Amino acid sequence: MKGIRWLIVVPFLGMLGGIPFANRVTPYVLGMPFLLFWVVLWVVLTSLILWVVYRFDPEAREEEGK
Amino acid sequence: MNAALAVIGVFLLLAFYLGVRARQGKDMNLEQWTVAGRGFGAIFVFLLMAGEIYTTFTFLGGSGWAYGKGGPAFYIIAYGCLAYALSYWMLPKVWKYAKEHRLMSQSDFFAHKYKSPMLGVLVSLVGVVALIPYLVLQLKGLGIIVSEASYGKISPAAAIWLGVLAVTVYVMISGIHGSAWTAVVKDFMILAVAVFLGIYLPVHYYGGIRPMFEAVEKANPGFLTLPDQGMSVSWFISTVLLTALGFYMWPHTFGSVYSAKGANVFRKNAVLLPIYQLVLLFVLFVGFAAILQVPDLQGSDADLALLRLSIATFDPWFVGVIGAAGLLTAMVPGSMILMTSATLLAKNVYQVFSPSTTEERVRKLAVYLVPVIALVSLYFTFRGGETIVALLLMGYNLVTQLFPALFFSLFKNQLVTKYGAAAGIVAGVATVAYITLSGTGIGTLFPGLPQAVKDLNVGIVALAVNLVVTLAVSAFPPKFFPFAGEKIRRT
Repeated sequence: MKGIRWLIVVPFLGMLGGIPFANRVTPYVLGMPFLLFWVVLWVVLTSLILWVVYRFDPEAREEEGK
Repeated sequence: MNAALAVIGVFLLLAFYLGVRARQGKDMNLEQWTVAGRGFGAIFVFLLMAGEIYTTFTFLGGSGWAYGKGGPAFYIIAYGCLAYALSYWMLPKVWKYAKEHRLMSQSDFFAHKYKSPMLGVLVSLVGVVALIPYLVLQLKGLGIIVSEASYGKISPAAAIWLGVLAVTVYVMISGIHGSAWTAVVKDFMILAVAVFLGIYLPVHYYGGIRPMFEAVEKANPGFLTLPDQGMSVSWFISTVLLTALGFYMWPHTFGSVYSAKGANVFRKNAVLLPIYQLVLLFVLFVGFAAILQVPDLQGSDADLALLRLSIATFDPWFVGVIGAAGLLTAMVPGSMILMTSATLLAKNVYQVFSPSTTEERVRKLAVYLVPVIALVSLYFTFRGGETIVALLLMGYNLVTQLFPALFFSLFKNQLVTKYGAAAGIVAGVATVAYITLSGTGIGTLFPGLPQAVKDLNVGIVALAVNLVVTLAVSAFPPKFFPFAGEKIRRT
């Protein structure tokens, strides 16, 4: 399950890959222009993804168990 | 007016007291002074890392960019987040290696991995050259914040001298322990102040976040997105990527990694820090709120947006609280930078040329270098310079040149030799220097290219040159080079 760490690539692809399409003002989401919302959304998703990685990363589990 | 001064004064004293007191109960050897004996748990490391991220740039530059540039300012939220994602993979490896070999500094890491003390000297010089402007930037910010928040009662110069004096003394006494304790106060303050301002100001002046953005968009259509040219989509992507790679290459950030007591500290922090850095969102809100309220700030004065709007809105005592938060955002990274530069020069430069120096002598030398570096930075601070963000971006491009050599050293197969690493760093740094000093952009280098390529952050060119040279030189076997018999000194 060390391969779970490949998930770390996802925030890079999602945040940056989406910028050309997210570069717009509308629709406003949570009061923010869409471009800003896109960035904030990926910040939150990054935390979630890293949490998932942490839960399944054998090295992290091993140290936790100590 | 006096209320603001009093509040700033109280926090300066509090930070100084905590910084000095942090030494208590510690036997100050070099390992304790510079990496806290590798004993910090998740919370201290979290605060230290956050402490170095939320600098005066956050306070002034973040709101200033939102005020002056609009959409491109969003990059500030994006790059840290990706740096943390990268840190999940990278920092546990760095920490483990550093612990095994009792490393104290970033340069130690390069020197050990590539078995070349001279590479350590090179990395130290690059680091110190990048750190000094970064410290100057913090000091300039400190001067602006305190003088504005004291309604001009304290001149920027006086504020800078006071701040530097406090930091110098507690760094000499407590080392990294002092930084960690002041970081506790600072993070609490900046969190409270930024979130409050970022919500209160838009609601107070516009009736909410969305009405504020709509008013800004109406007054200046397209301001909230990336423009077609200049700071365009390709600029955004390349800048976020470059800064994310360079993030942990700052010697003081890299060095603070060693202070952790376990590798899981970084994995846990990587989960939390992206969310935590959303504090920056509120700082951006303040900058956007200022656009229609204090509309006459031109050029580098945009950095004053947050302070000017706060002064126009709040009572002096609260302006003092904001000023105090700003002061601390300069002191924490400032203290880390002073300590790190001193360690680099003492351990990774001086000791290499004078190998018989004992560790205790190295520590003493580092301690006495702290005021010297502080004075050099003061000199540069008062001699003037560019605006806040421009300085930071140049320093960033310099330290980012260390990334390829670090990256390749983390794998089991050593693809890159010490000659490749050194040649790549030199080539990358030379490119950054040339580009910055001559004001070159990709557009001036290659005028025929499409606009999207011209807008790429020119740091990409330096990194590409670096990468090509690193790999090309590594392709030659070591016997092609002079100094092939360089002695390996283990410390």
